[in-house]
Amino acid sequence: MTTTSAHAYAIAGAVLDPEVPVLTIADLGILRGVNVDDDGALTVTITPTYSGCPAMDAIRADVTTALAAAGFDRVKVRTVLSPAWTTDWMSSEGKAKLRAYGIAPPERRSAGPVALPLSVRCPQCGSLGSREVSRFGSTACKSLWVCTTCAEPFDHFKAL
Amino acid sequence: MIAALPDPTDDLPPLATYALRLGDDALVLAHRLGEWIANAPQIEEDIALGNIGLDLLGQARSLLSYAGEVEGAGRTEDDLAYLRDERQFRNVQLVEIANGDFAVTIARQLAFSTYQHGLYEALSDSTDELLAGVAAKAVKEVDYHRDHATQWALRLGDGTEESHRRMQAGVETVWPYVAELFQSDPLEQELARMGVGVDTATLKPAWDSRLEAVLAEATLSVPVAAWTAHGGRQGIHTEALGYLLAEMQHLHRSHPGASW
Repeated sequence: MTTTSAHAYAIAGAVLDPEVPVLTIADLGILRGVNVDDDGALTVTITPTYSGCPAMDAIRADVTTALAAAGFDRVKVRTVLSPAWTTDWMSSEGKAKLRAYGIAPPERRSAGPVALPLSVRCPQCGSLGSREVSRFGSTACKSLWVCTTCAEPFDHFKAL
Repeated sequence: MIAALPDPTDDLPPLATYALRLGDDALVLAHRLGEWIANAPQIEEDIALGNIGLDLLGQARSLLSYAGEVEGAGRTEDDLAYLRDERQFRNVQLVEIANGDFAVTIARQLAFSTYQHGLYEALSDSTDELLAGVAAKAVKEVDYHRDHATQWALRLGDGTEESHRRMQAGVETVWPYVAELFQSDPLEQELARMGVGVDTATLKPAWDSRLEAVLAEATLSVPVAAWTAHGGRQGIHTEALGYLLAEMQHLHRSHPGASW
């Protein structure tokens, strides 16, 4: 990575996710790379969490704006689907930020024919006594849970 | 076989037609599921069906963009979604039928997501990079869709007398539309031979055993279809699609290029 692309990567990577604004797109693992093209223009590569993620347009615009503010005025943002994003791309720092924000971070998804629903730790009180209210929550990437110990509802970032 | 009127969609390269078929399935079902928003039996279901629709819409956008790119005539995803008439849509009829009551929608979700899961799983190995990428991404989303439909089918089927009756009626409503999912044609078979597409006929045994297991656990019986729908892939549709498109397309056709 050249100095310029590393610098541009740091700027693009610091853009916040519009739906979970404590996470940067680098924390989320959806920033795949920043390239300096032969003509000096930048190509930023991002990937969606879910195919229909409505935040992609906002992220694209925010990346362009952030880079323009740092003096990069020729920026192309490219979206790729492969390799598919999974919650394993999220950094451990990102998971800690999620928990502090009140969203239970994703755990590794169990594979195999019988997916045993595992308990999710309440991000408010730390109890493992929780129950899923709905598999689909406020955004495509989250499910809705309630803690049976402290009775608080909370979002869980679904393992994908 | 019903003879279709000639239309420009007939002249697309096979790969573009194939992408259009998969994209239209996802687009039309996304629209149907969107109709549940603010109408579902509980607020969590508004959100669930809306989210499932959103996943499908994302898949449709990639697939329609690709169909336009392969066609090479400069048509965008919007041109294909908003400016084709019903005879140019290549979706199966299952995805266009009216939502019915919640049990009909759940039966359709169970049938379609189980099919689409098998399809995307196989398509993840496509030699076509774009199709493989879309499928590998989407199969994990559809896994959640299938689980959602399965949970509801079990809960309604093995619930009260009334929920059982309606879930059984839901399954019977969608059953005639199932055969079409697995009716492969020469175009699909040729693409499958090339390693690009999937011969959907090969997906049928796994679909059958899964559906039989879910229905049995839900105390529902497997219906026997008295007739079967076909023709969607050739542009033959039920009356329902025209109304759906009228709603989906009217804004774009009244205000071409509108965005917000």
